[in-house]
Amino acid sequence: MKTVFERPHSLFDLPYPYCPGCHHGLAQRLIAEVIDELSISDRTIGVGPVGCSVYIYEHIDVDFVMGAHGRSPAIATGIKRSRPGTIVFSYQGDGDIAAIGTAEIIHAANRGENISCFFINNAIYGMTGGQMAPTSLLGQKTQTSPRGRKVQTEGYPFHLCEMLAVSEGSAYIARVALTNPRLIKKAKEAIRKAFLTQIEEQGFSLVEILSPCPTNWRLPPLEAVKWLEEHLMATYRIGEIKVKEGVTNAC
Amino acid sequence: MKRILMKGNEAIAEAAVRAGCDLYFGYPITPQTEISEYLSSRLPEEGKVFLQAESEIAAIYMVYGAAAVGKRVLTSSSGPGISLKQEGISYLVSAELPAVIVNMSRGGPGLGNIQPSQSDYFQAVKGGGHGDYKTIVLAPDGMLGQMMEPVVFTEPQFDPLPPKDWAVSGKEGRKRRFIICFALDPQELEKVNQALQEKFRAMERNEIRYEIFGDEHPDLLLVGYGTVARILKSVVREGARKGLRLALVRPITLYPFPSAVMKEKAVQAGRVIDVEMNHGQMLEDVRLAVEGRVPVHFYGRSGGMIPTVEDTLQKVMDILSREGVKHENGI
Ligand SMILES: Cc1ncc(C[n+]2csc(CCOP(=O)(O)OP(=O)(O)O)c2C)c(N)n1
Ligand code: SF4
Repeated sequence: MKTVFERPHSLFDLPYPYCPGCHHGLAQRLIAEVIDELSISDRTIGVGPVGCSVYIYEHIDVDFVMGAHGRSPAIATGIKRSRPGTIVFSYQGDGDIAAIGTAEIIHAANRGENISCFFINNAIYGMTGGQMAPTSLLGQKTQTSPRGRKVQTEGYPFHLCEMLAVSEGSAYIARVALTNPRLIKKAKEAIRKAFLTQIEEQGFSLVEILSPCPTNWRLPPLEAVKWLEEHLMATYRIGEIKVKEGVTNAC
Repeated sequence: MKRILMKGNEAIAEAAVRAGCDLYFGYPITPQTEISEYLSSRLPEEGKVFLQAESEIAAIYMVYGAAAVGKRVLTSSSGPGISLKQEGISYLVSAELPAVIVNMSRGGPGLGNIQPSQSDYFQAVKGGGHGDYKTIVLAPDGMLGQMMEPVVFTEPQFDPLPPKDWAVSGKEGRKRRFIICFALDPQELEKVNQALQEKFRAMERNEIRYEIFGDEHPDLLLVGYGTVARILKSVVREGARKGLRLALVRPITLYPFPSAVMKEKAVQAGRVIDVEMNHGQMLEDVRLAVEGRVPVHFYGRSGGMIPTVEDTLQKVMDILSREGVKHENGI
């Protein structure tokens, strides 16, 4: 009998704690699949954030270092500089990477730190109960923007990928979504390229994964997916944003 | 052994290299920048890592990452920068990751100034970070940062270190490990905290260090550390010339604090003067140690002002005469 579908070896057989319709679990599964396919689970170290993303360490079977809100890129730097032979990745939410941890991510990218960052953008603070994030859309109602985000007071949605792409230190930057099988396949390719960029020592890589937070968007899961496709993807264009010369195209 | 003339900052940096420091992460701030400057050339010479971070926050988390993989790692800063590191220090304690942090204290609060000061005793000893934690705090004999003094390096002697069987490295050949800094379940977090408290009690049993200097039967006990301790040694010597019986207890560990010896010596002398380059921070620990058994006086200067031997001796003589202590010259 031919196995056509199975749980990745690097993913524990454990129910996810996430809300129905949340894509955190899906994103983590893709990371586990790529870790399996590249046979790097023995030399990979994950760096955990603070936010709903925090549970990743319970699900992916690699060594993990859990740290403080927003500081993963600095922790990853400390690890990678200590043990250049390891594969180091961070997994961070939008509050974590694009608000409190902005300095750390910009400088890790600009140093060309040879690490991979996976950035779950759900345009809101999940774990703390739905406050506005720098990535929240204009007009988006949240617990701390009850009348909708306004440019005059809260400024513009934060385009981290485009900002990091400007830096000469970044090698591979992509934005993906997981709302249909075709996009999931592309997302997995991007995650794979990010790891390959690191394995081939090409420098900094980051994949932003647009993800629904049905609970805090106050939408049923399917409507949340629709809202993501109609609104989030309109503000945040998916695709490869930067592929530095030398970054492998082998997928 | 060879004596060489070195700035305190450089001596610290060289000592770190000789003690096997693998990595250094830091952000420039006076009066400790020479540590970074020295290590930026010296560590790469040894095949080790130097990296200037974008902030003290980033530096302390780079330390966290390096410690998590079992490396010997150093960072250094001064008051304002240590304030930024406090969150990371709390996380290091929570995750039980070892690291060495140099705090070359300067005048505060705010930007304060870059003059010598002991304004950061509370910051170092009580910890500005969150949670129920302690860290071992060592204080020097004399001024470390900018002063040039002859230095002799001895070969560092270590007991064999325990294996770092907790460090992460990639799980090849073993079950995976993780370094964790939280326990969401209340019962579990209380257990974690109790285990940390056990460690702090062990520090209090095993790590206390101090120096006693001066008269074996003092009429007044002087307490001070760092620059102040140097000055107080001169006060003890000058006092002896005037017929005053003075002794100094110099804590080498500020945490764990040498409370027992402090109390014993204080009770023997009958009175204490604590001298600091701030407005009374270690004073609280001295008073706790002495438990109200004898009066504890205080003399402090701040902002980069240093208590002189003359002024301190005058304070000492005032206390002795106020308390009616007779001495050989009959003041
Ligand atoms: C220093 C600090 N500030 C604030 C918090 C509280 N906090 C926890 S998670 C979080 C934001 C989570 O949002 P995000 O990073 O977008 O991740 P998500 O939960 O949406 O996956 C905040 C503000 C904290 N833990 N530490
Ligand atoms: S709160 Fe949002 S991000 Fe967190 S698990 Fe629920 S849906 Fe996912």
